[in-house]
Amino acid sequence: MSAVDPTAFEPPAPLEDAGAAADRRSARREKLRLFVRNPSAIIGGAILIFWIICAIFGDVIAPYSPFATDFDGHVPPGGTNILGTDQLGRDVLSRVIIGSRDVLIAAPICAIIGVGLGTLLGMLMGYYRGWLDDTLGRVIEAFLALPVPLVALLALAALGSSTTTVVLTVGIFFTPIVARTVRAAVLAERENDYVQAAKLRGENGLYIMFREILPNITGPIVVEFTVRIGYAVFTIAFLSFLGVGIQPPTPDWGLMVSEEYALIIGGYWWVTVFPALAIASLVIAVNLVADAMQEVNER
Amino acid sequence: MLRFLIRRIALGLVTLLLLTVIVFALSNVIPGDVGRQILGPFAPQESVDELNQRLGTDQPLYTQYFNRMADYARGDLGESYASREPVSKLIGESFWASAKLALLALLVTIPLAVIAGVYAALKRGSIFDRVIVTLSLAGSSLPEFVTATFIIVTLGVSLSIFPVLARPPDGADPLTQLYYLAMPIMALVIVYFGYIARMARAGVVAALEADYTRTAVMKGLKRGVVIRRHVLRNALLPTISVVATQTGYLFGGLLAVELIFNYNGLGRLLVTAARDKDLPLLSAGVLVIGIVYMIATLLADVLISILNPRVRLGEDG
Repeated sequence: MSAVDPTAFEPPAPLEDAGAAADRRSARREKLRLFVRNPSAIIGGAILIFWIICAIFGDVIAPYSPFATDFDGHVPPGGTNILGTDQLGRDVLSRVIIGSRDVLIAAPICAIIGVGLGTLLGMLMGYYRGWLDDTLGRVIEAFLALPVPLVALLALAALGSSTTTVVLTVGIFFTPIVARTVRAAVLAERENDYVQAAKLRGENGLYIMFREILPNITGPIVVEFTVRIGYAVFTIAFLSFLGVGIQPPTPDWGLMVSEEYALIIGGYWWVTVFPALAIASLVIAVNLVADAMQEVNER
Repeated sequence: MLRFLIRRIALGLVTLLLLTVIVFALSNVIPGDVGRQILGPFAPQESVDELNQRLGTDQPLYTQYFNRMADYARGDLGESYASREPVSKLIGESFWASAKLALLALLVTIPLAVIAGVYAALKRGSIFDRVIVTLSLAGSSLPEFVTATFIIVTLGVSLSIFPVLARPPDGADPLTQLYYLAMPIMALVIVYFGYIARMARAGVVAALEADYTRTAVMKGLKRGVVIRRHVLRNALLPTISVVATQTGYLFGGLLAVELIFNYNGLGRLLVTAARDKDLPLLSAGVLVIGIVYMIATLLADVLISILNPRVRLGEDG
């Protein structure tokens, strides 16, 4: 892997040799070791695990049904309803716990769509350069002029709102942003000897992109993926809040805030504040993990 | 300089063209039958046909696109489907209200964030630095509506310092207006403080480690002179770009802030338009915000090229 590697002067083998694979494995293990000791990763990871448990075992953990209107409306926190009840008499704690489910399923899917398509586009642009790069570059530039929540608002008004359209829309609008990052990473790699060697060997473009370059840029891609999950949580909550995202009566955090923020003035703060805190904790947790990954990656 | 400017503006026009195509595709191509999408599945076919005819959406797509662009070029942004008023009038009225809010927020954020970021970088590793880094990470990663909720609950309701609705009485003096706008401004400041402070800090940290700074120190310049003349001039250039980018994105944040504080601006107008599926109004509004972003980044690029000859003289400008 290094410049003084004696095997570098021998004709390049078509597949990487065992030594390089072992190097890569031990480098990965070292990164993992640094990552699990990083304080940001520990705090962020703990919060994240808490919400994942809520999402999976929510039905068992939640004291009541998130849909049942069994209680009086606007019971303040404390007593049988630890976090109070909303206008319709639904238990806020149960709704916050179950509310983690949709966003924790939807956000990673958005990130997978965005990072998948973005990586493909970014690699094509960075590897082939030329007119393809110029054209796509301009289109990306145009997309970046629009904040994602804003174009998503337009797309959802045109498509109709459902969890599926929200996920597709947000994922697709993440693509240009990811493509730009991946393109930059490919540009930094493409002049390296191993790429030249593969070209001289007569490998085709796709092979070089996916088998040679891609394994060497997984670091930035994984970081980008985590960052995108954070933004996806942000954007999904935001769109639900605006009323064009996940639709009622689903217990979604953004939706819960939007349903009753106007009643804060009446003193019913708990119905909005707890879901808002849940969004805040999840977004910050994902960002802490992403930050830790970036730090480990740059070392 | 002139060549750089011409090239930059030409590229900007290409981007603008693509932007109009994207917005057109989202509002007129995706829905398939625009009239049906607006009126819903249960509307009678005659009403759908009539609406399509009124909106011009019964014509081939390329005709629609060229007609739309010709109208836009004449300053005719179409008619709102929901209120039947001209879109240009609706957007014109609310745009300046939003611009006022956005500018006030930037006016507070930029000096605050730059000073905090620079100071944090100079005192790197100190408690102040860590507090700034943590606060900016938390502030900028939260959606505006979450921050706004916390602000309303604490400052508006619990402590009752500020009015909860951002609607100053008619003819109020500037100070009273500012008092009514204090909480929405705060919500925006918290978010944009983070981006700008982090960029300023990163720029200064990089500049402090750069060779030219070491040279300046080695030749015996005073610390204050080194920082003013060498560090800050180089360090704050990327911050200018971030400020410009955020100016455009500020309008995205206004969607939530205006809604929550009941402020009559472009953001609230567009959210209402989206809920009503008022595509003519919504698509024109989205385009306007895209253009604001493009103008802001254009101005930033020009400013940077004036401050930094390397940019305008570089081969690929």
